[in-house]
Amino acid sequence: MPPAVRFQNVSRRFGSVRAVDGVTLDIAEGEFFALLGPSGSGKTTCLRLVAGFEQPDEGHIEIFGETAEGVPPYRRNVNTVFQDYALFPHMTVGQNVAYGLMIKGVAKAEREAKAKDALAMVKLAGYENRRTAQLSGGQRQRVALARALVNGPKVLLLDEPLGALDLKLREQMQEELKTLQTDLGITFVFVTHDQGEALSMANRVAIFNEGRIVQVGTPADVYERPNSRFVADFVGSSNVLPPDFAAAHGGRAVWTSLRPERIQVAAAESPVPAGCAQATGVVDGISYQGAVTRICVATEGASPGVSLVAAVPPGTPCRKGDRVSLTWARSAMMAMEDDS
Amino acid sequence: MTAAPTARQRRLAGSISDVFFARPHLLTALLLAPPLLWLGIVYVGSLFALLLQSFYSLDDFSGVIVHEFTLSTYQQLLEAANVQVVVRTVSMAALVTIASAIIAFPIAYYAARHARGWTKALFYLAVMMPLWSSYLVKIYAWKLILAKEGIMTWLAGQLHLGWLLDAVLGLPIVGGPSLSFSYLGTFVVFVYVWLPYMILPTQAALERVPVNFIEAAADLGADPRQTFRTVTFPLALPGIIAGSIFTFSLTLGDYIVPQIVGNSRPFIGQAVYTLQGTAGNIPLAAAFTFVPIAIMAVYLWMAQRMGAFDVL
Amino acid sequence: MSSEAGGSSSLGLRLSAIAGLLFLHLPLALIFLYAFTTEEKSFQFPPPGLTTQWFRVAWSARPDIWPPLYLSLRVAAIATVLALVLGTCAAAALSRARFFGRETISLLFVLPIALPGIITGIALRSAFDIMGIPFSVWTIILGHATFCIVVVYNNAVARFRRLSAHLVEASMDLGADAFQTLRHVILPQIGTALLAGGMLAFALSFDEVIVTTFTAGQQTTLPIWMLSELIRPRQRPVTNVVAVFVVIVTLVPILAAYWLTREGEHTGGASR
Repeated sequence: MPPAVRFQNVSRRFGSVRAVDGVTLDIAEGEFFALLGPSGSGKTTCLRLVAGFEQPDEGHIEIFGETAEGVPPYRRNVNTVFQDYALFPHMTVGQNVAYGLMIKGVAKAEREAKAKDALAMVKLAGYENRRTAQLSGGQRQRVALARALVNGPKVLLLDEPLGALDLKLREQMQEELKTLQTDLGITFVFVTHDQGEALSMANRVAIFNEGRIVQVGTPADVYERPNSRFVADFVGSSNVLPPDFAAAHGGRAVWTSLRPERIQVAAAESPVPAGCAQATGVVDGISYQGAVTRICVATEGASPGVSLVAAVPPGTPCRKGDRVSLTWARSAMMAMEDDS
Repeated sequence: MTAAPTARQRRLAGSISDVFFARPHLLTALLLAPPLLWLGIVYVGSLFALLLQSFYSLDDFSGVIVHEFTLSTYQQLLEAANVQVVVRTVSMAALVTIASAIIAFPIAYYAARHARGWTKALFYLAVMMPLWSSYLVKIYAWKLILAKEGIMTWLAGQLHLGWLLDAVLGLPIVGGPSLSFSYLGTFVVFVYVWLPYMILPTQAALERVPVNFIEAAADLGADPRQTFRTVTFPLALPGIIAGSIFTFSLTLGDYIVPQIVGNSRPFIGQAVYTLQGTAGNIPLAAAFTFVPIAIMAVYLWMAQRMGAFDVL
Repeated sequence: MSSEAGGSSSLGLRLSAIAGLLFLHLPLALIFLYAFTTEEKSFQFPPPGLTTQWFRVAWSARPDIWPPLYLSLRVAAIATVLALVLGTCAAAALSRARFFGRETISLLFVLPIALPGIITGIALRSAFDIMGIPFSVWTIILGHATFCIVVVYNNAVARFRRLSAHLVEASMDLGADAFQTLRHVILPQIGTALLAGGMLAFALSFDEVIVTTFTAGQQTTLPIWMLSELIRPRQRPVTNVVAVFVVIVTLVPILAAYWLTREGEHTGGASR
């Protein structure tokens, strides 16, 4: 089975800037795949390379085994949901959704029926005759989705689809997109800078930095076993331990990642459970975040002083200036291959 | 509803699209070629051809143009009488521009910032109507207003201000036997005819000043006068400059207005008109046209630097 | 002069604005008035009497009006169409693509309107001479098209800049090639700007006299007719009648052009 999307050493330059720098990637059929990274990391350019809006300067792209370079967007069996939705303002919702079918020459009755079905699938049944200007952001997004899906693409591309929505709507849409993808079985590739979104929706994630992919894996992989400081920092927040600190606390003498939620906070002279490492320090800052409270502690002893952040359930008794004992399982310390 | 394209037409269209996709610059070149050909080659080319003529000379005896490079025509241009023509025209253009800017500004300001809904449409109409009324008839209307037997005299008589009118007419340089035979009259007509050209870009520029800029200025402590001076006016300036391109350029080259309302001393436009017409002195006519072209070239360059082109 | 953020305006501002508008319109009112005067030889003020006879005269007793009128309409129509095609193509090319010399070429598209008409007229006249083209209706049309392109270009470029690139990409993404995208997405989007530009170009051409004088052969457009009438008048008020007619007729497309490019209410500038 050929992969849905294959990049082989693809590069794309804009002037002197290498937006995409030697990217090699396989996306399997039926995956919900996330391209994650900060602004300017090349993830959107990669998406546009798949869509056909950009052409690679070097390298090779295949979509289901067929060469894609040089093929215009209108000849690819790929559809895109744009970040700003790009709905045609001079057409009704129904006309927007049926656009791809109209272009292909599908008869009016049939394409209207299909548009209706597509709108029902995105929970906008009955909206066919509305004008796009009358819709809310979330509704527009669904129309954009319907417009793309009605053409039965082999790959659906989504460019920061949930960026403009408020939190509640975003969470709702995340679930809906996930369900939709599972039901339809199409390959979804979406771009986001929000690591929470990527982790919750995707089967696999590729993390971009400065035009290159730094890690590919399942959400658990990249979160629990970040291979570099960059990934550890970008995907969730993490404590990054310098080699000597890590070694002094039972780990290897390399840069090590330690997730805040793996650290327990207790009073200064509390006993240390078996198999755990321990550090003592003074509470520097406390940040209440609803589900967790983040406590920042300046540890004593190690030089230079390492600051650790622990994420604890709310209600943990602790005040700024308290001396506390931090403990964590030694196995929670993840040595990182690459300290970049 | 046009007939649906045949399958062959569709395939052809698809293939052409593919070519444009592969070579986007080809499409740009194709789109740009016809207009560029016309404007760039024919229009600009003929401008150069015209200017080229200014380096030829007219043989006074035979009345034939001598196609030999010479600067004698430009030397002729520098003679006192011709220099006066240039100075006269440029001063008039400058004064007209300033006066139009002053008169246009309140209108543009009110229309941009205080008119809403149907009042805005009304203002637009009110500015557009004179613009699209016949240029010639407008000039003649002023002739009859300014003539000795015309309305101004009648009005002055009715208000017992005849002495004032005579005093104004008695002013050196700008006065004359009657308003329609004086620089003053020419000035008024020029301002009148070009006024809409000044109002529209100014209004466009003022409309683009976001309300929250004004609010921000007020928030930072500026009173309305200061806000106007430091925020609104500088942002409106590109519009005023864009308008001034028209008032300046149109005055520099006009030959109809001074002919109908003015004393008989010629402006550049009239000089060019008579020189290339009955006198057949194309070289000198071309030399005269060099003046507005040079002035406008510099003016346009400055205007572009100051952002006037974004409001045109 | 004080300015207030969208609130009520000062009395001084309102008075100056109204005074300015009156200045603009009183002469027009006079033109209108003199279409009704009974005196046909001079423009005596106040007019000795009022009559509507000149309207009837212009309509039925002056056959010399109609050919120039038709010619002006024809010239304006064709020049507008030419300007629409050329101006839109140029605007499409210059608003998107980036290439060497783009700024200079943009400047080129201001030139025919920024330079005085007499220069454009003389330059084109000599160009036609050199190219051996006889002066005819077509030279008039070409002359008019030259400055009409500018008007269309400005309107089109402004609209193209506001056209989101994503709309074109979305259309291609959904299977439409260049021509289909042009037809279904681009043209509907820029349509109103083209219409507005076209109407302004039409009105500009209809009233133009300076460039026309140089590029016409024996032909007479309506403004040329008016010029000769004003210099050697037969029945003065008839000229006024024609002028009034022109004003009224051009009102409709002007208003339409305004309404089309309005893009909804914005007083005092919405931040973009």
